[in-house]
Amino acid sequence: MELSGSEIIAQFLKDEGVEYLFGYPGGAVLHIYDALFKADEVKHILARHEQAAVHAADGYARSTGKTGVALVTSGPGMTNAVTGIATAYLDSIPLVVISGQVPTAVIGSDAFQEVDSVGISRPCVKHNFLVKDVKDLAETLKKAFYVASTGRPGPVLIDIPKDITDPNIKIPYSYMPTISMRSYNPVIKGHQYQIKKAMELIKRARRPVFYTGGGVVLSNASQSLRALVQRLGFPITSTLMGLGAYPATDEQWLGMLGMHGTYEANMAMHETDVLIAVGARFDDRITGHLEHFCPNAKIIHIDIDPSSISKNVKVDVPIVGDVDDVLTSMLKLLKDDQDNTDQEAIKDWWKKIRQWRKKNCLKYNKKTKVIKPQYVIEKLYEVTKGDAYITSDVGQHQMFAAQYYKFDKPRQWINSGGLGTMGFGLPAAIGVQLAHLDQTVACVTGEGSIQMNIQELATCMQYQLPIKIINLNNRYLGMVRQWQEFFYEGRYAMSYMDSIPDFVKLTESYGHVGMQVDKTSDVEDALKEAFAMKDKLVFIDFITNREENVYPMIAAGKGQHEMELAPDSELV
Amino acid sequence: MRHIISILLENEAGALSRVAGLFSARAYNIESLTVAPTEDPTLSRMTLVTRGSDEIIEQITKQLNKLIDVVKLNDLNVHGHSHIEREMMLIKVKATGSKRDEIMRLTTIFRGNIVDVTPNSYTIELTGTSDKLDAFVGSFECDSILETVRSGVMGIARGNSALHV
Repeated sequence: MELSGSEIIAQFLKDEGVEYLFGYPGGAVLHIYDALFKADEVKHILARHEQAAVHAADGYARSTGKTGVALVTSGPGMTNAVTGIATAYLDSIPLVVISGQVPTAVIGSDAFQEVDSVGISRPCVKHNFLVKDVKDLAETLKKAFYVASTGRPGPVLIDIPKDITDPNIKIPYSYMPTISMRSYNPVIKGHQYQIKKAMELIKRARRPVFYTGGGVVLSNASQSLRALVQRLGFPITSTLMGLGAYPATDEQWLGMLGMHGTYEANMAMHETDVLIAVGARFDDRITGHLEHFCPNAKIIHIDIDPSSISKNVKVDVPIVGDVDDVLTSMLKLLKDDQDNTDQEAIKDWWKKIRQWRKKNCLKYNKKTKVIKPQYVIEKLYEVTKGDAYITSDVGQHQMFAAQYYKFDKPRQWINSGGLGTMGFGLPAAIGVQLAHLDQTVACVTGEGSIQMNIQELATCMQYQLPIKIINLNNRYLGMVRQWQEFFYEGRYAMSYMDSIPDFVKLTESYGHVGMQVDKTSDVEDALKEAFAMKDKLVFIDFITNREENVYPMIAAGKGQHEMELAPDSELV
Repeated sequence: MRHIISILLENEAGALSRVAGLFSARAYNIESLTVAPTEDPTLSRMTLVTRGSDEIIEQITKQLNKLIDVVKLNDLNVHGHSHIEREMMLIKVKATGSKRDEIMRLTTIFRGNIVDVTPNSYTIELTGTSDKLDAFVGSFECDSILETVRSGVMGIARGNSALHV
């Protein structure tokens, strides 16, 4: 079949099985938009800002495991997309971003809407391509999807000059179902010898703990993780990115670890003798001060990316491979083996953990008249029966959502963990809702974050997306204010926003339903009312306690055991 | 410790900047870097000299391997392996009066070649280890050196092992 460059893109996306394309048109991609319009095969979702288009593709990818696809124009279209691309890069999310470029003949001449897209995106993509010949286009597209979705996933950018998509230049096209690249062969199967070595350590462990991360979700290893952890009877904690991979309602679950993790999770990390790190990367928000990190532990680390291993923390048994593959092998070894773990020691270990649990580190006063943000999340959990997809923005509300919503399923918790991108929540929810039209999707946000991509309320109206927005409005940039209270003697520099909009009117002006709640006693009813409106977007503006802090907290640079719990006055 | 890392990478636009960008983004240092196509025109061979602790060198090789354009690489300074390294230099020096004979003798001692001559200057070609080139440069007074250009280090492993696809 003879197709032009722009037709190749439209046809390829269809052949590749792309369901949605998130984008925003502009000069350099007009040929592509015309071809998409004529073909009318892939559903195009028009965002209101390129950053949001990429976040929506990202939300789609996170909630489905499929590759998200975005299309933006050259110059400002591409630079707007960079925050979205970097967000996906830091959390290893498979994305293909197609950016238009000025025609080949004028590249380098500072033409209108020209930027060096390949150069700008290089440090925040897994790989990128500049297509210089229409004959390379189909193969480049295939390579981009292959690289984005395999190994440690990540965003891939394809920069396409306008002349490459010229509708008058037609070349033969056929879809390549598979592709191989000599320079790219990710290791999938874990080394059997290393796996056996790990199992020996695990069997001798007296105070073991599983520390799991986003890699478990990315690898769809939730089932094998559950089977292994339950078979061993070990405690398990997870990073912000790994929530949901192991059910939060299970007895063996310790809660999230790290800077705002639970007391029991961080203490277990501090005293463990065998740490089993699975698809996690020892980020500074997890380790705290490296010198105090798991001082007594032998460390097993399973990760598909060799460069993640021994990057921040030296490990004893590295296993490079796909998490699901390695965990399945471990489970098999365990089944074949009569030797069991040290049951007595594990029993004692649990006794100790139960003591830590008794601290009840997440308790807070529920009887205040002023709404506590924690309470809103707990009620959100109850009203949605723990079954909703929850996206979040970045800040205190994100931590409260992570701490108080008990995620039982992988891909249910969608947030920007690595880059910490404010403005992520609402556009991500668009992608999630489109991927799961019959499911409940809620975006937990704050009055700071939501205003970074508030324009997407228009997108939600255009596509009739019944997202529920849970705005924890404390009239402060809460996390910034918390740090200023703790570390800057309460000088609240620029963490207060004067003139916050009337969110109810604002939401209504976009055609949605707005509600405001300012009493604890009204929270539950408001949530029930909002979630009963199945076909409407509802924005609930919760006026919450102004100076609430997120606890527990390990201050930056402190050890895991140096957690600060909520001051007694806060406790019931 | 100083390490010489040999890299085979796709001979594609941007491949070099991916390597250079990696080093600047992760604050690794590059002492020298040399790159040219191989007998297979789709591949370039790069030799990169860097310094760092064992942990840093391990990260550098892992991060390099992660670049999609890197096909294969080899750390020539891995324990138990030996290698050959060479650097080439062209140096233009003032050469007048009695200095002319002295410089010719010096060039012979260092097994260099004078490749261009004017009434006032010599241009000398010299190949060897970086130390040897340093020593040669050091044998001139500063103000007699008009210009130097060095290729950066190239390296290859001794024995049968070869870096190829």
